[in-house]
Amino acid sequence: MSSKFPLFPEQASTLAADVDLLYFFLIAVSLFFTVLIAALVIIFAVKYRRRSENDVGADIHGSLALELLWSVIPLGIALVMFAWGAKVYLDIARPPDNAMEIFVVGKQWMWKIQHMEGRREINQLHVPIGKPVKLTITSEDVIHSFYVPAFRVKKDAVPGRYTELWFEATKPGSYHLFCAEYCGTEHSKMIGQVIAMAPAAYEEWLTGSDIAPVALSVPPAGAAAGATSGAAGAAPEGMAKAGEGVFLQKGCLACHMAAPGSLGPNLAGVFGKERKFVDGSTKVADEAYLRESILTPLKHVVEGFQPVMPTYQGQISEQELMQLIQYIKSLGQPAEGEAVNAPAQDDATTAGEES
Amino acid sequence: MEAAAAGTNYLNNGYGVTSWLLTKDHKRIAILYLISITVMFLLGSLFAVGIRVELLTPQGDFVGADTYNKLFTMHGVVMVFFFLIPSIPAVLGNFLVPMMIGARDLAFPRINLASWYIYVFGAAFSMYAMLAGGVDTGWTFYTPYSSASSNTNVIPMALGIFITGFSSILTGLNFIVTIHTMRAPGLTWFRLPLFIWAHYATSLIMILGTPVIAITILLVALERGLGIGIFDPALGGDPILFQHLFWFYSHPAVYIMILPAMGVTSEVIACFSRKRIFGYGFVAISSLAIAIFGFLVWGHHMFVSGQSVYAALVFSVLSFSVAIPSAVKVFNWTATLYKGSISFEAPMLYAMGFIGLFTIGGLTGLFLSSLGLDVHVHDTYFVVAHFHYIMVGGAIMGYQGGLHFWWPKMFGKMYPEGPARIAAALVFIGFNLTFFPQFVVGYLGMPRRYHAYPDEFQVLNVLSTAGASILALGYLLPAFYLLWSLKYGKDAGPNPWRATGLEWQTASPPPTENFESTPFVDEDAYEYGAREAHVV
Repeated sequence: MSSKFPLFPEQASTLAADVDLLYFFLIAVSLFFTVLIAALVIIFAVKYRRRSENDVGADIHGSLALELLWSVIPLGIALVMFAWGAKVYLDIARPPDNAMEIFVVGKQWMWKIQHMEGRREINQLHVPIGKPVKLTITSEDVIHSFYVPAFRVKKDAVPGRYTELWFEATKPGSYHLFCAEYCGTEHSKMIGQVIAMAPAAYEEWLTGSDIAPVALSVPPAGAAAGATSGAAGAAPEGMAKAGEGVFLQKGCLACHMAAPGSLGPNLAGVFGKERKFVDGSTKVADEAYLRESILTPLKHVVEGFQPVMPTYQGQISEQELMQLIQYIKSLGQPAEGEAVNAPAQDDATTAGEES
Repeated sequence: MEAAAAGTNYLNNGYGVTSWLLTKDHKRIAILYLISITVMFLLGSLFAVGIRVELLTPQGDFVGADTYNKLFTMHGVVMVFFFLIPSIPAVLGNFLVPMMIGARDLAFPRINLASWYIYVFGAAFSMYAMLAGGVDTGWTFYTPYSSASSNTNVIPMALGIFITGFSSILTGLNFIVTIHTMRAPGLTWFRLPLFIWAHYATSLIMILGTPVIAITILLVALERGLGIGIFDPALGGDPILFQHLFWFYSHPAVYIMILPAMGVTSEVIACFSRKRIFGYGFVAISSLAIAIFGFLVWGHHMFVSGQSVYAALVFSVLSFSVAIPSAVKVFNWTATLYKGSISFEAPMLYAMGFIGLFTIGGLTGLFLSSLGLDVHVHDTYFVVAHFHYIMVGGAIMGYQGGLHFWWPKMFGKMYPEGPARIAAALVFIGFNLTFFPQFVVGYLGMPRRYHAYPDEFQVLNVLSTAGASILALGYLLPAFYLLWSLKYGKDAGPNPWRATGLEWQTASPPPTENFESTPFVDEDAYEYGAREAHVV
């Protein structure tokens, strides 16, 4: 990033070296075949150039042995490339269990980011080094794509669903963050930085105040949105806490009570559990399922409950949704389970549509 | 034959406007297509000039962001749908498919004329969309941007593409029926020129794939116009569904562009090596294999879209499978040169350039099929470089080579060899200088469709723009000497290249009925050794 004319991107994540090694392997194979073909074409062209007007080529029809040879060898090489590429892809696709979570919402034309502890930022993502970070990504409008070249990772931000991406930064620094999926006028301005910091510095940063709570209406001026380490205001509200506010404000509590006979199911401990629906099918309650249950609640009605929940499509922002989901997830944690909810009930009664 | 050359041919058989606009002669229709796609190529190139000038500097300072977005969108739409897809099939294929198989015309001459009118009608819609302010969705029309967010002329452009698709379907249908039913006596399948095999495979993709893009693009227009929720999640639709449908056609569409160019390359290499194509059967069947495998790989455009890991694995391994028939072709062409009698007229220079550029284009395709690597380079300039190596380095090199090769047949005049060789060299050098740096800047991480970009990418972009200006010269030069040759070129005679193939056994330009009597074929394609005795 310092050089004026770099030819190779910086490696700043644990995955980067693996991707680059695969890249070098493919370059080596490509170089070999390109040079081979070019050399043969040039050598034949010179050696067998037409010397007299009426020369004709030798009467050669083909060779089964050669055809097999140059089918099987490329096939073998291709399979190696496939297997190697698949291995790297699976590593990229599967976040480690201990990854810390950060939430990303793309919108025309900015990246809105919220940390678990509540701190928010725009077009900047602060992360600690040496710790796996998992991003849960969505979009408020069109498809965007979250791309950090120095980490060799990219994932589309798709409206209406969650995607995830993970990385572990290896050295402190500031790295390009690009939107890689064309999204309209200011697509090339939907950029920013990922700032990797030593863990202690990150912890300290987390307690600082947001860039500005109303920053959502600020024009997407990538670099200009600085002002990060002014550790002024009060520590931000955690996402789960903010989600509790949304839960109360949207009136979810009216139906999702802890008491038996409540219209909707008790939400304590729901996250990560298998849910059984009125049509007999089942599904594990992950983030995508919780999201679906809030936006299109009648899609999967939990066994034992009536299809009475109204949709919240269009009435809740992506950011509020993520907070709400964090709140519901936090209800699943053993210590809080008891405090917020009625005594544990068995499956038949806890089952129900979410929200 | 001498009498025919002196007498009437398809060009002087009527000069009135209606004799052209109502012609049912496949050769005249080919000329109509040649003129139309040349206009579209010029237009698409002008958009490219705008793009390359803008990217000279990192700041978006030549045109505004919206204008830039429209430039790359219209560059893509015009080049893909109105130039590359019709290029070789509608011009050279139209002219040559009947002649190569010894037929009088295509099976359905009226449908052939209709396909040109449909093309013009579709082009008119897209011209309207451009003149009325343009479109900014990218040629890929990704939803929900195209259906819900963009405020440009998406609907007329979508209708233009929808309409033009039918021209492609009808051309494919015509070729398939013609090749099945109208081959000259003795011309069995495995005696067919490889150009015909390539067009047969291309036609299969045209008739099987094009309806899917037609429906898809129509659904975008319907969602946009009437709010029917198909792709927009806000209306209960699925934006990823669009990508599946779009690439189900648009990946095979790449083979619509490259297969005919491979056909041209086979003809040219055989002729200028004066030798049978090595492994004829493998080259023929590999065209079909590419057409079929090509339908099974669309998901490799979606490795970072959030599709399931298992789907990604399947699409990756299938994508690698396309590499095998492609490699087989390249090795066979190279082996054809072995012990040939090689000369270096312009068509041969284009064909040799094609081998080199297609090899690089194909190999870099492996980078994109490799899952873990694609995550990084997806939607960067690496992809832009890769597909330009295939579509420009491959398809347009093939088209240019073919145009030079059959120009004497089409117009009865020789183009001047010196300038043509210079043009071929300029294209090869300019092309590499334009697009090779884009592999580097892509791996560095520069995303595609960026109006402005970080400073450190500038040097490579300047190289690219410099290359593009050389490339532009290489494309402009033939426009002058080819037109010049129509009046001042030497008479070509029936077979200036002493090539095999039925099209060379009749006058240049050919008579309206192509052949004085139905030819009889009693030998394989490319029997250069055997043919030497009765060269015309």
